[in-house]
Amino acid sequence: MFDYESLRVIWWALLGTLLIGFAIMDGFDFGVAALLKLLGRDNEERQVLLEGIEPTWEGNQVWFILAGGAAFAAWPMLYAVSFSGMYFAIALVLLALILRPVGFNFRGKIHDPRWASLWDWVLSGSGLVVMLVAGVAFGNLFLGLPFRFDGDLRMSWQGSFFDLLHPFALLCGLVSLAMLLAHGSCFAAMKADHAIAARAVVVGRWTTLLFAVLYVLAGVWLAWGIPGHAIAGPVVTDGPANPLFKQVAVGGSWFAGYMQYPWFWLAPLLALASAVGVQALIGRRSLAGFIASSLMVGGTIASAGFALFPFLLPSSLDPRSGLTVWDASSSRGTLQLMLLATAVLLPIVMLYTGWVYRVMRGRVTLEQVRKAHGGY
Amino acid sequence: MIIDADVVTLSRLQFALTAMYHFLFVPLTLGLVWMLAIMESVYVMTGREVWKQMVRFWGVLFGINFAMGVATGVTMEFQFGMNWAYYSHYVGDIFGAPLAIEGLMAFFLEATLIGVFFMGWDRISRIKHLLVTWFLALGTSLSALWILVANAWMQHPVGSEFNPTTMRMEVTSFSEVFFNPVAQEKFVHTVSAGYVLGAMFVLSISAWYLLRGRNVDFAKRSMTVAASFGLAAALSVVVLGDASGYTVSLNQKMKMAAIEAMWHTEPAPAPFTVFGLPDVQRRSTDYAVKIPWVMGLIGTRSIDETMPGIAELVETAKGRIGTGIQAYDAMLVLRQDRNNAKARATLAAHDKDLGYALLLKKYVDDPRQATPADIQKAADSTIPNVPVLFWAFRIMVGCGFYFIALFAFSFWKASTRKLDTQRWYLRLALWSLPLPWVAIELGWVVAEYGRQPWAIEGVLPTALGVSSVSAGQVMTSLGGFVLFYTALAVVDVFLMLKFVRKGPDGLGIWPSTDGPLLPAERGLG
Repeated sequence: MFDYESLRVIWWALLGTLLIGFAIMDGFDFGVAALLKLLGRDNEERQVLLEGIEPTWEGNQVWFILAGGAAFAAWPMLYAVSFSGMYFAIALVLLALILRPVGFNFRGKIHDPRWASLWDWVLSGSGLVVMLVAGVAFGNLFLGLPFRFDGDLRMSWQGSFFDLLHPFALLCGLVSLAMLLAHGSCFAAMKADHAIAARAVVVGRWTTLLFAVLYVLAGVWLAWGIPGHAIAGPVVTDGPANPLFKQVAVGGSWFAGYMQYPWFWLAPLLALASAVGVQALIGRRSLAGFIASSLMVGGTIASAGFALFPFLLPSSLDPRSGLTVWDASSSRGTLQLMLLATAVLLPIVMLYTGWVYRVMRGRVTLEQVRKAHGGY
Repeated sequence: MIIDADVVTLSRLQFALTAMYHFLFVPLTLGLVWMLAIMESVYVMTGREVWKQMVRFWGVLFGINFAMGVATGVTMEFQFGMNWAYYSHYVGDIFGAPLAIEGLMAFFLEATLIGVFFMGWDRISRIKHLLVTWFLALGTSLSALWILVANAWMQHPVGSEFNPTTMRMEVTSFSEVFFNPVAQEKFVHTVSAGYVLGAMFVLSISAWYLLRGRNVDFAKRSMTVAASFGLAAALSVVVLGDASGYTVSLNQKMKMAAIEAMWHTEPAPAPFTVFGLPDVQRRSTDYAVKIPWVMGLIGTRSIDETMPGIAELVETAKGRIGTGIQAYDAMLVLRQDRNNAKARATLAAHDKDLGYALLLKKYVDDPRQATPADIQKAADSTIPNVPVLFWAFRIMVGCGFYFIALFAFSFWKASTRKLDTQRWYLRLALWSLPLPWVAIELGWVVAEYGRQPWAIEGVLPTALGVSSVSAGQVMTSLGGFVLFYTALAVVDVFLMLKFVRKGPDGLGIWPSTDGPLLPAERGLG
């Protein structure tokens, strides 16, 4: 059907698509949850915010599960190295993700303001943690991660959790945080009762501005402050999936790809243009504002992925151990079968997800919440 | 590099703990959701409100359990990458695919529809809501299917071969992986076990209401559904368990011999040991009570085939370690010289035994330097924990037969409309509640602990699958899980008991007309 090289590129794009899908779909859940105490002044208002995301957050989180599963199936080394290497960072994300299903379900099961408030904090905290850690992890990709492979392709890692907290990585964490808070605000502006939505508009404007500034700053730092990795010598795109077969040169620019393929610039342009779009639309056309913030999220993640290409996970310890699109994939047969499965199943998923959003459409108002919970 | 034994022990402990904990919730989800689907179907067909109220009440309990299942399931996906990185690299090419397809085909469906199930009553028509419930049920069972396809490959790794250039197993035939006979039997056996648990859950709690004289009509109807569904499920779980036993005896002879504590090959047809005290040191079973023929019939479906005993299987393993070393040697030659035709031919001839050479890594850095004593130790290490398997299996099977009896009796009581006439029966039904959990967890022990020392039977020893992390890291995350999971369990049990005690009457679900959605039904209440 497809040759090995094309399949690898397709799966690189698909992994990116799943990550973007996760960031767009679950990102606004995280954003709304993190802003819970800021946008919702009392329990009823927070209820309104939560009910806006309650019917759909669980399906949204599957984007993450699926991205993890797709990494396992299509990029097993990427999955193995990142999850075991960034051990405690991943454990932190896991903790946050476990707390969400129980938080959403348990919050209302005991009628006590302290109980509800406890879970509000838990949901807020878990949103913050995931947004920050995801950005910090992405930032570390550009710095390279401290791992190497031995001849058995067993990975060893030399670094601790605190080594991940390089200032550039922290900046990327803030970019991610500002971006998803803005995205969450756009959702709240569309979905919540007007009084709350008005607050979300203000928060959305400020966080979008903050995002744009930090994003440009991170780009400048990346261009002039952080050495890029590049495959040295002949690039074999359809060779065996063994990272040790290549040589890597360090010292170039992470923007080399942007010079080679100028259309890569569309991604950062989309991110920044959408940020302008959010500013213009969030208060007036809330659906359009939400679409703009979704594009902003997509453009940002794509721009980072483009800069890394063909690298997935560069190594700072032993650059040739770094994982690239050409040497970290599954076998051709697996990529092919998984592509077939995705091509058939993902459109079906989108279809019923769309139906669910249609069924649960409309603003959640304070009045509704009061009526539904009038019993106590 | 010799792997840190503490990391192996701690990683295994963490996996067992989190998998068994996850497996407390998943089977109940699997079973209860079909009960909801049946009840709602009756509601849509008859239009009688009580059936809708049943869906709503049992739905509250289902929701709490579902959340726990989802939460603890996320851990499982993380676990492979965090603690079993070399495993993930070594078999991700095959093992990852069913997991990813599970996400696409099943988990997405469940997770997307669950919100509409709880919050869509007033937003969509009855028929549409019924369809949502049915697809939710279908999603949970499909989810089990794909997870068990992945698990079955660990038990019986078909459709794949070792690739020395990429140092991992790669797929040769996905249809063999997907239509693995082990997967099909495991699937039906496991979901049936979940159905039994779901039925017992409804049966026991309803029996408690009848003992208290509360919600009588509601409870009787629930019990009737539970009794019929449970009887079918209990029969299926035992019949398919037997089929599963036959497949195990074909593919995992050592596991079968360990379950039977069959230290030496017995003349065909082998007897079944009902009771005995397996002694690992002396390799014999004391006070054995045996029924002639039965084991041979279950294990070989014949009267003249012998089943190999543990001692004979250890000898076979020794031979395979020998050829495995040749394969290992060829693999190292190929690493230096990818085009060495002789080494390639040697590896191709013996790569099925490569995993046996890897067993030696526990004792020597380079399997080629292994002494006969090392080889003996490695061969002996292929024996799983016999007493644990022997007893886990017998208790599980005992429970299985008890479930058939209890549900058959319940079915008869329901058919003759005498569910609430005998209090001893109601008490029995109530106190049987923990038994399906016991059977299910022991089933996990038989299947997975019985697979040791292998992560992938005959391919990858468990000890080699771990990540290059420190024992301290795994210890810390393990400690975190123990604390965190204990806290979650306390909240879960507290909420379950709270809503069971309140009951449909206390919650205002029954008897009542079609009222507005209750706060308790919504997650956010």
